[in-house]
Amino acid sequence: MRALENLIQDARQLAAGHGPASPAVTEVARQMQICNACRYCEGFCAVFPAMTRRLEFGAADVHYLANLCHNCGACLHACQYAPPHEFAVNVPQAMAQVRGETYVAYAWPAALGKLYQRNGLTLSLALAAGLALFLLLALALNGSLWGGASAGDFSKRFPHNLMVFMFAPVFLWAVLALGLGVRRFLRDVSPATSGAAIMTGDALQATQDVLKLKYLDGGHGEGCHNEDDAFTLSRSRAHHLTFYGFMLCFAATSVATVYHYAFGWHAPYDLPSLPKLLGVAGGVSLLLGTAGLFKLKLTRHPLHGDAAQNPMDYGFIALLFLTSASGLLLWLARGTPALALLLALHLGVVMALFATLPYGKFAHGIFRSAALLRYAVEKRQPSTLALGDD
Amino acid sequence: MPIPDKHATLDVLVIGGGNAALCAALMAREAGASVLLLEAAPREWRGGNSAHTRNLRCMHDAPQDVLVDAYPEEEFWQDLLKVTGGLTNEQLARRVIRDSSTCRSWMRSHGVHFQPSLSGALHTARTNAFFMGGGKALVNAYFRSAEKLGVQVRYDAPVNRLEIVNGHFVAAHVQVQRPDGSADTERITARACVLAAGGFESNRDWLREAWGTNERGETPSDNFLIRGTKFNQGVLLRHLLNDHGADVIGDPTQAHMVAIDARAPLYDGGICTRIDCVSLGVVVNREAQRFYDEGEDFWPKRYAIWGRLVAQQPGQIAYSIIDAKAIGRFMPPVFPGVKANTLKELAGQLGLDRNTFMRTLNDYNNACQAGTFDHTALDNCHTEGVMPAKTHWARPIDTAPFYAYALRPGVTFTYLGLKTDETAAVRFGDVPSDNLFVAGEMMAGNVLGKGYTAGVGMSIGTAFGRIAGVQSAQEAIQSGAHHARA
Repeated sequence: MRALENLIQDARQLAAGHGPASPAVTEVARQMQICNACRYCEGFCAVFPAMTRRLEFGAADVHYLANLCHNCGACLHACQYAPPHEFAVNVPQAMAQVRGETYVAYAWPAALGKLYQRNGLTLSLALAAGLALFLLLALALNGSLWGGASAGDFSKRFPHNLMVFMFAPVFLWAVLALGLGVRRFLRDVSPATSGAAIMTGDALQATQDVLKLKYLDGGHGEGCHNEDDAFTLSRSRAHHLTFYGFMLCFAATSVATVYHYAFGWHAPYDLPSLPKLLGVAGGVSLLLGTAGLFKLKLTRHPLHGDAAQNPMDYGFIALLFLTSASGLLLWLARGTPALALLLALHLGVVMALFATLPYGKFAHGIFRSAALLRYAVEKRQPSTLALGDD
Repeated sequence: MPIPDKHATLDVLVIGGGNAALCAALMAREAGASVLLLEAAPREWRGGNSAHTRNLRCMHDAPQDVLVDAYPEEEFWQDLLKVTGGLTNEQLARRVIRDSSTCRSWMRSHGVHFQPSLSGALHTARTNAFFMGGGKALVNAYFRSAEKLGVQVRYDAPVNRLEIVNGHFVAAHVQVQRPDGSADTERITARACVLAAGGFESNRDWLREAWGTNERGETPSDNFLIRGTKFNQGVLLRHLLNDHGADVIGDPTQAHMVAIDARAPLYDGGICTRIDCVSLGVVVNREAQRFYDEGEDFWPKRYAIWGRLVAQQPGQIAYSIIDAKAIGRFMPPVFPGVKANTLKELAGQLGLDRNTFMRTLNDYNNACQAGTFDHTALDNCHTEGVMPAKTHWARPIDTAPFYAYALRPGVTFTYLGLKTDETAAVRFGDVPSDNLFVAGEMMAGNVLGKGYTAGVGMSIGTAFGRIAGVQSAQEAIQSGAHHARA
């Protein structure tokens, strides 16, 4: 454990630009030196135009560039210096390894950064704990996990206020932890990205890039790579389904909250109510998206990304899948004796998902968005370099 | 298009796996021929030198997607005439130029994407269309398209011998590995054949033979680095010239040759090993003497002569020396420069004679005339009273820290090749073969007798690859129909 804490301490210092660079950061700096002398990949994504504004790659630059990278694979398949070339350039992999360090370095509280390191275990334990909690709770409240009267009335199973009491703190904690982490990330990265303040236009640009998954389009609109050098839109589509599915589910919950408190309309809602429409659409979208991402990841080219982070990636995909699957089953099983059990399962999964949001793959969206925001700012500034040719 | 029957007689055999070979294979297949492409390299090294390229020089009369303004035929031709010093075939050159204006929609249809000029290469925004992701992305796209269209592709398939009877191609002998690992030869017959297997720049023995021994008793080519693939051994080129007496074009010492970082790998160093600070400082040889006007013209117009200049220096090495004023004004080199706080210290680190070095630098510094430095124009900063003069961008090298980059000649590709005509036919005793064609570096010397201008290698390869593809398919299909009737 001591070793891990040292590692976290080191990672934080490094990310802030103090102390000796980690091997992963040094490796990205080495590769960027080669890429900066080549530049063939400039049209693919934001990483390479950002690179050309620099001559040297310090830790803050590297963490910024690493989080601009979406692991699309285009630069690997196009690279004249990729393995087996002796320069062994594999930018998606080197960047992924640094991203792993970013999440640890900027986790809040710092000690919980270690949860990233054995993330498969983290998520499994969270899931087990979540399930156990709600199964026991269901038993305690209802005396049974099967059947019972007034089937279909969720609030009779788990009183609304109890749910709020349990979920609200966990959710707020996730928001707080991610917020503080990304704030520190921005504080470290800003000086390395011109230091200029964020303008409304930058925020709009970054939001647009995030919502459209601009940098999974290959720069030409035909998409990114999965198993080989052919372009595919399937990754972008599966990611879109996942992201928007998650957002729709979130919107369903938000609308339901407003219904409950503002109008006194209590759950359960059924079609064609707004929470139900949003929830079903989101659930189906999330189900399809995560199934797609899972299938694509199974056939992903072995040189893409950092294999050590597979448990984190698969774990997050699985939690999202289980969330939507159990949610949809719950709705389909309304009025049946299975309701109590399914409800406990669903709540357990959702609790595990929420509790691990700041300590799992979800973080990539937050740090990536922050990097894109700084990219929008930096892009507005004139370059400090005047390379003779230009 | 039906997938060709494996046992039917092959229409077109393409030997090579780079841009020209792929263009030929795709065009032949589109014309309805069955096509087999033999790439000498394993799959991960496929594409030859094309994997290191980045753009295509294109004629255009008006702005075209990624190309700005216009680059008319006459200007392209004059540029070519200038760099080759007239060592070119005007008819073939003009064919390449005209084809370069129309080939890109075809390239796109096979999955090639273009992008505007890269940062650091904006001087080519008018003349050169860049491949998104560079040449390896282009090669990948062509191989995908070829396989989709039913072109058969074999890797690890070097051809070492052809059967040619009276100028007529009969068969190729390809080296194969038996399952037990032992070597064997397979004979492949086809109705027509396209040779697009590259130059001979990676063949150290041949380079040694061509460059010989200089007046200092050195074998200069031993110090050459090869910027591209190690698979361009020139096996077929030599075979055609020596064993079949094919008509030859070009001088074996002529090549696209640039000065690159002396620490570059022996093969496949590609674009990133170039050193672009020559015009911002001075270049001295092993004797610590300057030997050429570093500021003669814009670097993109001069980079292609410096490989040869360095090859003529003792030990085939030179050192580009700059000071702090140059930092951030040229493309960042792949390896860090040797750095020192004084010029004397720098000479020591480079192992150069300090006194001579200091005399050279002082003479240069004192000869620099005051002017207005402007790296984007042919400015008025020049030397007076020093030999050789530096005619532009001459500023005293006086601001620490000082940096040095050792330079070696880097060969991109050789120009000695097979003589050809507008049909891309290989010629024997000035008679064109009916079914043997050539494209790419194996015939680039017809257009490029010497010198180089960025992107023209790909223009030649694309134009003649496409011509060879059409011609070979036409010949194969005609002779196939003839056989069927007989």
